Amino acid sequence: MANNILVFIEQRNGEVKKASLEAIAAAKKLSGAFGSEIKAATIGNEIKGLEKAAQQGAASIVHLKSAELLNYSTSAYADLLNNYIAENDIDIVIFANTAMGKDLAPIIASKIDAGIATDCTELKVNGDSVIVTRPVYAGKALVDVKFTSSKKVITIRPNTFPLGEPVESSVEINVMEQSNLNLSSKVVELKKSGGKIDVAEAEIIVSGGRGLKEAENFKLVEELADVLGAAVGASRAVVDAGWRSHSEQVGQTGKTVSPNLYIALGISGAIQHLAGMRSSKYIVAINKDKDAPIFQIADYGIAGDVFEIVPKMIEEIKKIKEN
Amino acid sequence: MKIVVCVSHVPDTATKVKIGDNGKTIDPKDVTYVVNPYDEFAIEEALKTRDAVGGEVVVISLGTDANKESIRKALAMGADSGILLKSDSYRDSLSVAKALAAEIKNQEAQLVFFGKQSVDYDAGIVGQLTAELLGFNSVSVVVDFKLEGEKITAEREIEGGREVIETSIPCVITAQKGLNEPRYASLKGIMAAKKKTIEDKEAAAAENYTEILTMSKPPAKSPGKILGEDASAVPELVKLLREEAKVI
Repeated sequence: MANNILVFIEQRNGEVKKASLEAIAAAKKLSGAFGSEIKAATIGNEIKGLEKAAQQGAASIVHLKSAELLNYSTSAYADLLNNYIAENDIDIVIFANTAMGKDLAPIIASKIDAGIATDCTELKVNGDSVIVTRPVYAGKALVDVKFTSSKKVITIRPNTFPLGEPVESSVEINVMEQSNLNLSSKVVELKKSGGKIDVAEAEIIVSGGRGLKEAENFKLVEELADVLGAAVGASRAVVDAGWRSHSEQVGQTGKTVSPNLYIALGISGAIQHLAGMRSSKYIVAINKDKDAPIFQIADYGIAGDVFEIVPKMIEEIKKIKEN
Repeated sequence: MKIVVCVSHVPDTATKVKIGDNGKTIDPKDVTYVVNPYDEFAIEEALKTRDAVGGEVVVISLGTDANKESIRKALAMGADSGILLKSDSYRDSLSVAKALAAEIKNQEAQLVFFGKQSVDYDAGIVGQLTAELLGFNSVSVVVDFKLEGEKITAEREIEGGREVIETSIPCVITAQKGLNEPRYASLKGIMAAKKKTIEDKEAAAAENYTEILTMSKPPAKSPGKILGEDASAVPELVKLLREEAKVI
């Protein structure tokens, strides 16, 4: 088996997503063991930053281009990628587990009749087999999964595979103009949610829970998030209470996140919440109940009043940022 | 219009996961199984759509007799009939999708709703796998859905916003929380559900392409330091985040 690997490079608004570069870093774990090459393919109109894919180790880069491909289209993207896979005899396709990657990967898996594993946090080769690790039950457990099919589709969890040091590369970007697209499904409009950072992509998340007492007090959470350049998250309780939008919910029926820093304010730590954020690199908890489960997984905690502590945090962090 | 909604029967999200003796699945002892939370939004949207355009809603679930509890719940909410695709052994997502696609084809459904993922294996792909096997359009992680004639306008959640998508039936929609407020089953609904039929069928065979080798608990996180009980601990906290964790 040739074990030819393709990494799909996602762009949004013409910018390459960091999570796709991480997918190349992940792909190296397989290409190294198989002695195979990593090919990269991207779909869009004008795209900036594609050289970064080469610098991360892609041996070839194809850009399937059309003005009509600026925005995502499940049907058009899937057809183009499927053609590329067939023409290049690809065995393993790797995506970042983003909104686009999660949508596209299963369509491709059905098209090429491949085994599929999503949201993987580790990839390895054992003999001839590809084995991946992925969280299940929102991270309450992990499974090691072995592929038994020759074709494989993998999505990798963002913010999990560190980027390599960029290397010099002479790989050229092969731009191929596309026409006669299958636009049976297409994006007609993008709605931004206020230009804020999304919890799924943030390196720092400041989350609030019922301990904030009322919706209005979330301005404390927002203020701390602003100072840190962080995304605002929320517990299920406050989303269900209508204080915050579901897109901010962290936990088993919200988003599973693994930022570098997760700050939980007034969150006691229901099991479904902990499941969604426990893989964060550092966890800080501020909660007045020192027996709250959140302290069981927090690296640092202050068992006190959020209304007293958070303003002080904002003040201290502002001081640092100013220096 | 014939509308299908696919439901899975999963451990409640409050479940404390214990690994079973086989080392490959959870220990089902003392676990409460419920309709997959995202599937409730799928059921609600299927019912709303039927009520708007007419037709019937068929609930399909793949698994064992235990799944009938979830099918029954969908019937109590207002679905018209149910089908249990019987399958005893573990199936991966694509194998499940192949069995569902075979039955959906058999039903000649035009519109299919799924939850965006089931909260057990969290793969989040069965809807789109099934759509592609059927040659249907698909929109995943949907928070707003409109059907006018054959035309679908749906909004899906993406990083930092939403995409508004236009497509047409036949189509698979996977539901995200926020799509609607699922109704509660009324007493009348629960009584009526008892009279509705749940047909047993053998799930179409389909090979697994992935195999679970082991299931384990994530490495335990050792509790960290409680630095204090009031704002006087903040300078130390900020110092640790800056110098020890190096995250700010």
